[in-house]
Amino acid sequence: MHFEYKIKGGDFANAGNASSQVKKILKQLNVDHLLIKRVVVSLYEAEVNIVAHALEGIIKVDIDAEKIILRLEDKGPGIPDIPLAMKEGYSTASPEVRAMGFGAGMGLSNIKKNADKFNITSKVEVGTQLEIIIYFK
Amino acid sequence: MESGYFHHALEIIEDICIGCSHCMTVCPTEAIRVKQGKAKLFEDRCVDCGQCYHHCPVNAIRVAHDDFNDIFNFKYRVVVVPTVFIGQFPEEFSTNLIYNTLHELGFTHVIECGPGVELLMEAYSSPVQKARPLISSFCPAIVRLIQVKFPSLVDNVTLLKAPLDIAALLIKKKLTDSGIPEKETGIFYITPCAAQIAAIKNPQDSTSSLFNGVINMDLIYNKVYSQLHKNGKKFSQQPERLHLSKEEIEWTLTNGEAVHAKGRSLAIDEIHNVIDFLEKLENETISDVDFLELRACDQSCAGGILGTANRFLTVERLRNRGANVKSNGNGHSNDEIIQYAGFIKKHLATEPIKPQSMLKLDEDMLKAMNKMKQASEIMRSLPGVDCGICGTPGCSALAEDIVRGNGRIEQCIFIQRRKEQTGTQSLRDSFYIMEQIWGRDKLE
Repeated sequence: MHFEYKIKGGDFANAGNASSQVKKILKQLNVDHLLIKRVVVSLYEAEVNIVAHALEGIIKVDIDAEKIILRLEDKGPGIPDIPLAMKEGYSTASPEVRAMGFGAGMGLSNIKKNADKFNITSKVEVGTQLEIIIYFK
Repeated sequence: MESGYFHHALEIIEDICIGCSHCMTVCPTEAIRVKQGKAKLFEDRCVDCGQCYHHCPVNAIRVAHDDFNDIFNFKYRVVVVPTVFIGQFPEEFSTNLIYNTLHELGFTHVIECGPGVELLMEAYSSPVQKARPLISSFCPAIVRLIQVKFPSLVDNVTLLKAPLDIAALLIKKKLTDSGIPEKETGIFYITPCAAQIAAIKNPQDSTSSLFNGVINMDLIYNKVYSQLHKNGKKFSQQPERLHLSKEEIEWTLTNGEAVHAKGRSLAIDEIHNVIDFLEKLENETISDVDFLELRACDQSCAGGILGTANRFLTVERLRNRGANVKSNGNGHSNDEIIQYAGFIKKHLATEPIKPQSMLKLDEDMLKAMNKMKQASEIMRSLPGVDCGICGTPGCSALAEDIVRGNGRIEQCIFIQRRKEQTGTQSLRDSFYIMEQIWGRDKLE
């Protein structure tokens, strides 16, 4: 099954909508609640990253009986130093974004922690791609 | 992993139900459908919140409780009274007057919920469970809501008994300690809501063994009021016998618990507000909250569906009562609690909460995926106006009913019109389908 969600940069008001939709689908599919939690945590972090940093993005979700694959592609500033960005607590978020409770620098490392497979590629001034895989069994 | 269906206290009386669908529209868990002109309940989805009872225009929804005369099956008859019961009466009726009237009605012992709350306060200030936020298990409708709709949060629910259980434990222990055989004692709870009855009657809940019966608050209210009327208020000047502390009196009101929790805590009442909040919490969009007090009714138990007084007046009376309590200096309202604290602490824990998700389309994931595909295809042909004419709360509910085998697409009036126009369905067939949903009377 394939689903797609478009994300607008800066639209904090709607950040989390895609995670919410995916959560509902997984509940209907009778996926274990602890697995759903891991999916939602990583997807929400990744979704908010797009809202906070990029101009726009798309979330592509593929679900089969074994796994869920989340692909997040954005157009935006990209990440110049991925290992640094992966460090816990590292953040480039503006004070305004932090004031809203986002941008604590836990995002990428938290996603990796919750994913079974995690890939990230990025090109400065072009955009970032994330691939998150979580197995159901 | 998941257990069977719940016991329910809410029942639809078919002879009275007019199939108006008000209950279907307000049900927060989409547990009601209209079939053959009557409301029907999906028991696995109902959380006994009582919204349907509250909105039914013809009183076709009953809260099934025990017969009052059952109390006389016991030599010792204990009534466990929620503080909001006292709050049903105007302040000129003293607490003691109400206690005395309960005695006159046949109860040998009257105990108000509240003693032992300080033990819960202790547990809240140094929680053993690691999950955050902790969600209070106080309101049984909320516990069920989490089981059916937010299964990923079951581990956040506190594993602690509620004040009514503690009151029952305490009195049971006291009576057996004084030499009264357990089988001679009947413990009855006056309930302000349906969810509490369902919890007490559910063998899966730890509360079940503590009570011998449950009586609806509106029924006892009428009995007490009639008796007071007959007596001409002759007891009104008696002082309060059991001194509850301010904390004990206010525990059942909104923010009665959250105020005692460690760290950042929130109190949220009314089931739709709670659902909104839990959606966000489950998405991890809310963090850094340590404790949640969640109650299904507006104004918490003061807004229970079996309340007769205005809920704001009930809150006012309880707050006034709390404000007038004189502290006895040892922090405990009730010296008995000190004596029995060890015993109660030993029995304070409850069983872990199990998920009972109602959202799954099938147990088997592949089958569920197929059903989901079918449902989304069905959704494309439905109008998306959620008119309810099909006898379900909305288009997506109909689509899900169809793939679960509980409905057919021709229930949709828009589909009927389309089929009539293309000649694939006769007007007669459409009439028949509508009759199946709304009953013959409405079409004649």
